[in-house]
Amino acid sequence: MDWIMEPWPWYLAGAGIALVMLLLLLSGRTFGVSSNLRTFCTLCGADHQSEFFKFDWHRERWNLWVVVGTLLGGFLASHYLSNEEAVHINPNTAQELHKMGIESAGSAYLPNEFFTIEQLTNPKALALLIIGGFLVGFGARYAGGCTSGHAISGLSNLQWPSLIAVFGFFAGGLTMVYLIFPLIFPS
Amino acid sequence: MKSLGYLAIGVLFGITMYKSEAASWFRIYEMFRFASFHMYGIIGTAVALGIIIIATIKKFNIKAFDGSPIVFESKDKTFPRYALGGFIFGLGWALAGACPGPMFTLVGAGFLPLLVVIASAIFGTFIYGILRDKLPH
Repeated sequence: MDWIMEPWPWYLAGAGIALVMLLLLLSGRTFGVSSNLRTFCTLCGADHQSEFFKFDWHRERWNLWVVVGTLLGGFLASHYLSNEEAVHINPNTAQELHKMGIESAGSAYLPNEFFTIEQLTNPKALALLIIGGFLVGFGARYAGGCTSGHAISGLSNLQWPSLIAVFGFFAGGLTMVYLIFPLIFPS
Repeated sequence: MKSLGYLAIGVLFGITMYKSEAASWFRIYEMFRFASFHMYGIIGTAVALGIIIIATIKKFNIKAFDGSPIVFESKDKTFPRYALGGFIFGLGWALAGACPGPMFTLVGAGFLPLLVVIASAIFGTFIYGILRDKLPH
């Protein structure tokens, strides 16, 4: 059982995701996490602001349970199924990040430079969290899905729109990493 | 009971995201720098198996656990919303280093600043809902 404590190889992770999709399909549902963000809006009263949030959220309750499980899974995996936190990325990439001021690359799970409680008082770190989250939430709903809804469920069902969305994900990601990161993390 | 089933599926998903490091900001950065096969392997395997799974369900008309037929909804065949929405999502994915699923996994793993990211993602969804009629779809 030692393997379970080590970082999982890509094929195991890919199979795990496919299994999640299969179980949801067999439950008569579809795999898509970002839909829950819309449900949260409705729960917060957004249905008084826009027609888009007027729907019977009780019918989406199952997906909220999936989210609670996703959170619980993170707790179980990090507390009971892992020996170490460090993510061993490509050493060249780690070095590149060190030069950009992200010293924790290669020795942490997330960059300590912006994912710790102490850094919440650092305006740059806080801006990264807020802007990053906003773009994910806005973009996912605009595109009609996120990585799970488009890249996994949509591509598996051979949907052209999902392929366009996935190309969009990559165009956006590459723009951020190659054009915008040099501005915010000058090396 | 059904809720427990969904909870269990979520747990499987969360553990997979954490243990595969797909929830790590570093892995997302590395993917966009084309510096490792890891993330491509994960998504590639999931999609390859997913295609087989869905084709099999359709071919053999496999029913859901409760006996009802499994329906696949086709997405609207337009362009702007997928290209523009996808692009905006991608910017955020690379910046925050997490897509919606892993955001929750990371909170469970104890990275509480992700709560800020989630709150902001909910706010982003809200702003989309407000602007929806003015955006090209």
